[in-house]
Amino acid sequence: MKPGLAIGGVLAGVALIAALVSLVWTPYDVTVLTIAEKLQPPSAAHWLGTDHFGRDIAAMLMVGARTSLAVALVAVGIGMGLGVPLGLLAAARPGWADELTMRGNDLIFAFPSLVIAILITAVFGPSAINAIIAIGIFNIPVFARVTRGGAMSLWTLDYIRAAQVAGKGRARISAEHILPNIANLLIVQGTIQFSLGILAEAGLSYVGLGAQPPLPSWGRMLADAQTMVTLAPHVAIVPGLAIVATVLGLNLLGDGLRDALDPRLRRAR
Amino acid sequence: MARYLLKRLLSLVVSLLAASLVIFAVIEVIPGDPAAFMLGMNAAPDTVEALRDALGLNVSLPMRYLGWLGGMLTGDFGISYTYKVPVADLVADRLLISLPLAGLALLLSTAVAMPIGLLAAARRGRPADYMVMGGTQLGIAVPNFWFAMLLVLAFALHWRVFPAGGFPGWGDPLAALRALTLPAVALALPQAAILARVLRSALIETLGQDYIRTARAKGLSGAQALTRHALRNAMIPVLTILGMQFSFLLAGAIIIENVFYIPGLGRLIFQAITQRDLIVVESVVMILVFAVILVTFLTDIAYAAVDPRLRVRG
Amino acid sequence: MSLLSITDLSVSINGTALLNDVSFTLAPGEIFGLVGESGSGKSLTALALMGLLPQGALTTGHAELEGVDLLNQSEKSMCALRGNRIGMIFQEPMTALNPLMTIGDQVAETLMVHRAMPRAEALAVAREKLDRVGLPEPRFPLHIYPHELSGGQRQRVAIALAIALKPALLIADEPTTALDVTTQAQILELLRDLVDDEGMGLMLITHDLAVVAGLATHTAVMQSGRIVEQGLTEPLFRARAHPYTAALFAASAHQPKRVDIGKPEPLLVVEHALRAYTLARPSAFAPRPMLYAVNDVSFTLHEGESLGLVGSSGCGKSTLTRAILGLDRLQGGEIRLFGKPVGPNMPNAMRADVQVVFQDPYGSFNPRWRVDRLVAEPFHLLPAPPADWRERVAEALVEVGLHPDDRRKYIHEFSGGQRQRIAIARALITRPDLIVLDEAVSALDVRIRAQVLDLLANLRVSHGLAYLFISHDLSVVRAITDRVLVMEAGRIVEEGPTEALFTAPRHEVTRRLVAATPQIPPDWMEKIA
Repeated sequence: MKPGLAIGGVLAGVALIAALVSLVWTPYDVTVLTIAEKLQPPSAAHWLGTDHFGRDIAAMLMVGARTSLAVALVAVGIGMGLGVPLGLLAAARPGWADELTMRGNDLIFAFPSLVIAILITAVFGPSAINAIIAIGIFNIPVFARVTRGGAMSLWTLDYIRAAQVAGKGRARISAEHILPNIANLLIVQGTIQFSLGILAEAGLSYVGLGAQPPLPSWGRMLADAQTMVTLAPHVAIVPGLAIVATVLGLNLLGDGLRDALDPRLRRAR
Repeated sequence: MARYLLKRLLSLVVSLLAASLVIFAVIEVIPGDPAAFMLGMNAAPDTVEALRDALGLNVSLPMRYLGWLGGMLTGDFGISYTYKVPVADLVADRLLISLPLAGLALLLSTAVAMPIGLLAAARRGRPADYMVMGGTQLGIAVPNFWFAMLLVLAFALHWRVFPAGGFPGWGDPLAALRALTLPAVALALPQAAILARVLRSALIETLGQDYIRTARAKGLSGAQALTRHALRNAMIPVLTILGMQFSFLLAGAIIIENVFYIPGLGRLIFQAITQRDLIVVESVVMILVFAVILVTFLTDIAYAAVDPRLRVRG
Repeated sequence: MSLLSITDLSVSINGTALLNDVSFTLAPGEIFGLVGESGSGKSLTALALMGLLPQGALTTGHAELEGVDLLNQSEKSMCALRGNRIGMIFQEPMTALNPLMTIGDQVAETLMVHRAMPRAEALAVAREKLDRVGLPEPRFPLHIYPHELSGGQRQRVAIALAIALKPALLIADEPTTALDVTTQAQILELLRDLVDDEGMGLMLITHDLAVVAGLATHTAVMQSGRIVEQGLTEPLFRARAHPYTAALFAASAHQPKRVDIGKPEPLLVVEHALRAYTLARPSAFAPRPMLYAVNDVSFTLHEGESLGLVGSSGCGKSTLTRAILGLDRLQGGEIRLFGKPVGPNMPNAMRADVQVVFQDPYGSFNPRWRVDRLVAEPFHLLPAPPADWRERVAEALVEVGLHPDDRRKYIHEFSGGQRQRIAIARALITRPDLIVLDEAVSALDVRIRAQVLDLLANLRVSHGLAYLFISHDLSVVRAITDRVLVMEAGRIVEEGPTEALFTAPRHEVTRRLVAATPQIPPDWMEKIA
């Protein structure tokens, strides 16, 4: 196994485990505010220090991981769930269906997830759900494009013609022949969008369009830390490092998977 | 060529119309009564009615949409409910900060990414390549607004070479550029990492093409084949990313303005959201989307400039 | 004095020996043929001479061009030699040119790189060279791009840039393999003229014995990285002393035994078939021009008959095939199978009667399925898969010469020839009456091709099959069909019994095709025991 894949797996795994463990255990209760202990530097009692409400930063990070990962994961789910079928349809039916989906894609591409979040928030008010929807909508055309690109190159192959000669329809061919053969592409794109989702969630929560108090998220921790950055730099540095480590891990995982799953590279082995 | 341009231009107009419909629908149709929404629950019925009149809400939806569209074409974006001034004036001031910031960041990220990507492709599989790949992998993972905070800590609070925030206005261009330097760097670096990686992989892909072998058989050295043949062919995927980056940078600029307390579009729109000033939100979103669509159009034009096949096919 | 002399050239890549002790010499003005099957090391020899081997390659031995050592040069001095003293052209003209650069600039670049010539001057020379390779003004101005040219024309540009500086040696690696026979004949003629006029040596690499027979004075036969035999072409080909040379010859001239099981009953009837495509408008308001891919085509295929369909690429063969398979609808006329209309909506029972084998042994199978599922796919056409489907798959595999246990394997475990056998098994599984063979042996090496042709001939007898054999390769069609249709620009221009049609072609298109097909002179073959 390549070192990148292993490092990526470990980094992403740590974030995931931290999020899962936080469901049953955290070093301190993040709902209890101990103002007397605010902005403490890292110590034996508080490994990563405390924030401006005296909450343990390590515990906040664990609970925040839950929000960040969940938002990014559900957004990937939305993108895949809608984008992949659209991409398959576009590739299977060149002509109006293709044209329509691709134009729709272009339209969504004109709305960066921040803009979608602005629109939704302006009308419905801020919440973590907004972030999920905004990032999820932005993911749809990404997956539709990757799917369509991969599927179109497969549709020219002779085994697709053989399946047509065997009387199979476009939907069945898409499910039996196309989808399994672009699964690699989708897994890799999925990890990339997952990591982008974490970055986007952090950005949206930071400007107040995502997770709202009291729900901790990495982006919100940074927003809270900003005013205190001169007093206690660690409050700003630590959550950022958590984001960097997780996103880096997911990207390394994606690259590693791409290499491991690439049939061209596999055959050469 | 003319047909290609015409087609792109048509698609630009159609995209703008479709986008404006979406925005109009979200802002003016979904809330039900925008006037009531903007005033909140406790507003007196006659205040709401007055606002409805002021906003021109008492005409049919299609007429309202056309009115809004026509207004924008003549530069009339309506009057801000909270600021009581024309939205166009409000936005113009802010755009003069946010657009240069995004443009500066794009320039910076291209200037950094090009040589790095070229170097990595030319030295692929060797230490320089691994360093670039490792460094860019890290660069992609850094949230730009957090990076901005670190820059403030280091260059504004510790070394005091750049201001920590605020914007002096364009009256003093040098001071203005100084104020925009840290935000532009924070925005540019993660994007430069992406761009460098895209350039590298596009170059490596084109270096495997048959025409590179032809060029080598002609007597071109590896470096000559890279700069004379591979680079231009690799520009096609790079252009795609450059076009997409602009929209990321614009969004990033809006977020990063918060770190530096810069009075750009971002500050305007977040205040507008809290104050439920839908008029401002609607206009700013439309302008942002317009900018993204315009850049897509310019990217398409750039494709045709690079690729003769597009000029014919149309 | 020899121009090029190679002694004991060996190449290994990452420790695997791929080329062993290759030695030959080439004189100025001589054409030297290097023949062999794919993977025999022909192209590797050329790349070793050019110094363009992939990373990890280790070269030993000697190679001298005009007294200059080619194997121990610095990269810089190799660059000075490439394009200057050695030119090279490749197999794929469609991708060999930079799509973003005009043809004039691409030819001129050779001159500018080596002679530091100003661009205007280089372009003037490029103009001469393009004229020389048969791309004259005003039809082929310097400022056009590769995509505005056909494959043959692009290969001419590639030749022009390779000979721009009158190199002493030109290496041509399968220069015509991707081209039509008629284009192939023109390119080969151009190469021969260039050798005669410029006195350069030509190293011609090809898998096609007939191409070498018509062109090369000396020939070397390569097998798995070694030259097994070399000498003057005619004596070498007449004697066929080495068993491998003999085997190649036998395979390329192989005729499966003739069978005649044709019956008078019509199986497939095509009547006035028409299929046209609209093309892009030449200018904004001009009407869209139409391309008649299949234009008023009529013919009948009888039960048990083997019918050939030949024509150059773009003649409409593929479009017609898709219509016969019921994948596309016609715009006019009709196709009937046993009297019932063929089309996208035809019942599955009818589809089960017509199956197909495609050209590409690599793209014909879903890489994620096992062989049993691949071969059984056409059972989808039956109301329900038969209970004994596994046995029938095993049976079909045995019929095509494979082992029943092969059905648990994945497709990447098989060679190209074995894959075509699996494709035939898949076509047989529904027990059809007609199999469409779409360039089914074109991608195979000659010896494998001969085996597959034998298999097809045997299956035809044992299963009472009719074949529609579509190919651009006349020799294969000649070997396996009873009757032939010649197609050109969407129309059937000539039809008749195979032997008669090829020995006495009547239509001009057929005559051109037959004349352009490279052939080993018949009297060279006579001595065969």
